[in-house]
Amino acid sequence: MQTTQPKLALRNIARHFGGFAAVSDVTMELRAGEFVSLLGPSGCGKTTTLRMIAGFIKPTAGTIEMDGELLSSSQTARPPERRNMSMIFQSYAVWPHMTVAENISFGLTLRRLSAGVVREKVERILDVVRLGALAERYPAELSGGQQQRVALARAIVVEPSVLLLDEPLSNLDASLREEMRFEIRRLHDEFRITTVYVTHDQSEAMVTSDRIAVMNLGRVEQIDPPYVIYNQPRTKFVAGFIGRTNFLEGTAADGYLTFDGLSFPAVPFAAAPPYGAVTLSIRPQNITLTRDQTAATGPSRWTLQGTVRQRAYLGEFWDYVVTTSGSDTSLRVTAPPADVFEVGDAVRLAIDPAFVVFLPPQNPG
Amino acid sequence: MSNLRTRLYNLEPSFLLWVVLVGVLALLVVYPLFWLLVGSLYSPGSGEFTFANFATAYGRIRYIAAFRNSIVMGLAVTAACAVVAVPMAWAVSRTNMPGKGLVRALTLGAFIIPPYLGALAWILLAGPNAGWLNSALKRFAGLEEGVFNIFSFPGLVFIIAVYSYPYLFVFTSAALDTVSSEMEDAANILGARKWQTVRRITLPLVLPAILGGAIITFLEAIALFGSPAMIAIPARYNVVTTQLLEFFSYPVRVEVAEAYALPLLAVTVALYLLQQRLIGRRGHVTLTGKGGERRMIELGPWRWMALGGCLAVSALSVIMPLVIIGQAAFAKAWTRGFSADNLTWSNFHYILFEQQATAQAVINTFLYAASAASFALALALAIAYVVERRLLPLGGLLGFLCMAPFVVPGIVLAIGFYAAYASNPFFLYGTAAIMILAFITRFLPIAYANAGAAIRGINPEMEEAVRILGGGRLLAVRKIVAPLLKNSLLGAWLLVFIPATRELSTAIFLYGPNTRVMSVMLLNLTDEGRLEPAAAFGLLLLIVIIAIVGLGYLLIGRDFMVRRST
Repeated sequence: MQTTQPKLALRNIARHFGGFAAVSDVTMELRAGEFVSLLGPSGCGKTTTLRMIAGFIKPTAGTIEMDGELLSSSQTARPPERRNMSMIFQSYAVWPHMTVAENISFGLTLRRLSAGVVREKVERILDVVRLGALAERYPAELSGGQQQRVALARAIVVEPSVLLLDEPLSNLDASLREEMRFEIRRLHDEFRITTVYVTHDQSEAMVTSDRIAVMNLGRVEQIDPPYVIYNQPRTKFVAGFIGRTNFLEGTAADGYLTFDGLSFPAVPFAAAPPYGAVTLSIRPQNITLTRDQTAATGPSRWTLQGTVRQRAYLGEFWDYVVTTSGSDTSLRVTAPPADVFEVGDAVRLAIDPAFVVFLPPQNPG
Repeated sequence: MSNLRTRLYNLEPSFLLWVVLVGVLALLVVYPLFWLLVGSLYSPGSGEFTFANFATAYGRIRYIAAFRNSIVMGLAVTAACAVVAVPMAWAVSRTNMPGKGLVRALTLGAFIIPPYLGALAWILLAGPNAGWLNSALKRFAGLEEGVFNIFSFPGLVFIIAVYSYPYLFVFTSAALDTVSSEMEDAANILGARKWQTVRRITLPLVLPAILGGAIITFLEAIALFGSPAMIAIPARYNVVTTQLLEFFSYPVRVEVAEAYALPLLAVTVALYLLQQRLIGRRGHVTLTGKGGERRMIELGPWRWMALGGCLAVSALSVIMPLVIIGQAAFAKAWTRGFSADNLTWSNFHYILFEQQATAQAVINTFLYAASAASFALALALAIAYVVERRLLPLGGLLGFLCMAPFVVPGIVLAIGFYAAYASNPFFLYGTAAIMILAFITRFLPIAYANAGAAIRGINPEMEEAVRILGGGRLLAVRKIVAPLLKNSLLGAWLLVFIPATRELSTAIFLYGPNTRVMSVMLLNLTDEGRLEPAAAFGLLLLIVIIAIVGLGYLLIGRDFMVRRST
């Protein structure tokens, strides 16, 4: 096997249900041991994509390969039981009529391992997921979080080629969800199983993943490491879906950007389109509010005048809505607890152009 | 690997099994109905295409009158049931009438007593001369002659109605149970009085359900064979089912029976579709408003009247028949009443040990019912699985085929089975196989409805978890689905087993000398006038059925049987 060969490759896969395109033209490659999240709103096609990887659904176009071997195409799909994958389901799907140990040993028994080996592996994984004391319990006697760990153990113990997770934390309460995120990442660091993780929760994706594929309307909009996804979103959808942001519509010409009747030098941005309409994305925390009324605009700092319209104190920070003078553009701005402004106060907004992202027009093509 | 080889390699082995199931379903449901239709259109002698069978079937006034009689009888039964069942259901569901549990239990009793056993009981109670009620009137009221004659049109309507009203009761009370008190409160707050509210709000809300139940009652009444055979034939009142028996008696004219049965089938299908529309259109949409608690309407002193009325109905359908059957089963002569010197075990001894045929019938009944229940459930489970998990295209068609026998009257189904399997090339006439196959088909809808509901209760991810770990679909069914369904499947098995033990109308055209079942034997004994052994037979059957129903309650809980499953 060549070292450059991807572990799992999706090439132009699509899935139509009748006239409805749930997934269209998704292409991605996973390196061995990589953890990739499919992130997007409900109905974006992420679960359909995952189920095509698992083999529960056949693609209507494109191919899926593992280790260079064809798994699925529009003609045929190897059934899930012969893909050597494992999966964690939204409902956990822990079998209620089997004990924890029976649940976990199920896949091992199917692999015809000797009883001794099975027992040994089950014991080890029970320790890893910290369920050792509960081996003989039935699922109904476990909490939601414990059932989740059983599902994890059951999936990992068979040492699958690829591990698939379908919104595994969506049925847990908030604090448990946060704990399990790190648990999932810890297990990945320990076992290094190539993993595809479906979620609609951006923080889950950011905590767990090596790379995040943001999906919308059946397409992958961007696939990059979390840091890149957040700081350099390539589409308006990605910028808006991951974290909060402000969008500004403007025009670019002759090295200047114009919006709100003000022009700013576009110098730091080699990638900025030289002419025409542009959309800018500015995160609320990248705007600074001050009382200083003197406007000084330069290449390293854009400044605008504005008025505070709404505010909310959220403990960790202030959440302000500021409208700019001249036009009525509303901007969300977050400020540290010490920066207190009253509604109606005139303020100066300062934006560091280094954190401004240019987005292509919304409907490419 | 070549494309074809890859596709074969990737094929799931279970696929073959699903294909086999489709074939079995076709043989059980499509094939007999197909032959019913074909047989009616061909001349038995020459094998030529002809409409002569229809001409014969409708060529005599007597045959057409039978059709009219069936419809009149069905309407009369339905009207009688509505008068009884709707107020009863209202009293049980919506008022503070005491003894509701008792009324529900007795209604269930009326439901599980085979109608032909009820007919036997009422022959003993209201036979024109020796019937108990008539004897009592003669003795205590000094009348010259008895006033009751069960062998009459009113007698026939009465005997069918007292065992059909539970259908309407269950439909109506199920609908009333979903009407929230808030709907009635809303009318009250606007100034409506108690009776106005019942008339203007509650009844209109459940009207679709009542009409739906009425249609089912009508269909059951016109498809009934046992009571007409025991009551209408002596009363010289010919209905469709007794006319069909005549076509099947010597000289057997199957093709005429086929032609004669088709309109009955058409009426049934049409009314069933109407019923589905009624229930579907307004029934559920309005009624699913679950909000709010349900308070019972205070009847004041009237509540004792209500209970009295309910118990009077139960007395006619359950209590009096059970007493008389019990008396006759242990009596040397049933007319001699309750006395110690009239007591005997000999009737039971006679049917169980002296008569080979009757003992055989007992064994046959439970053997066939158990086989039919097991096969029907296995088939229904497999089909329901294929449909619910969308394993084959046209799953909807498979589900439809499973439910289709529901609208086929048992007697029509029997004619179809006779046409398809009795002779060339299967030669199954008089065998246990044809009885069991017919029972499987007849009760497939019950099995399918229950199996489907059970499978819908299992999250498909339970099985997907097996598959992604390396187990095939069949392993998932065996290790996960089957164990999880154990209890509900046992319940479904009993729900098929119970009606199969008492089934008469399918059996009557298909039994042979060695394959008689208890229902057929009971009818024969009654025909021969040996009413005490017949009563013993009926009592035996009833005790077994009650024991099984009790078992069902233990396993499934209160919902068992008294739930609207269609």
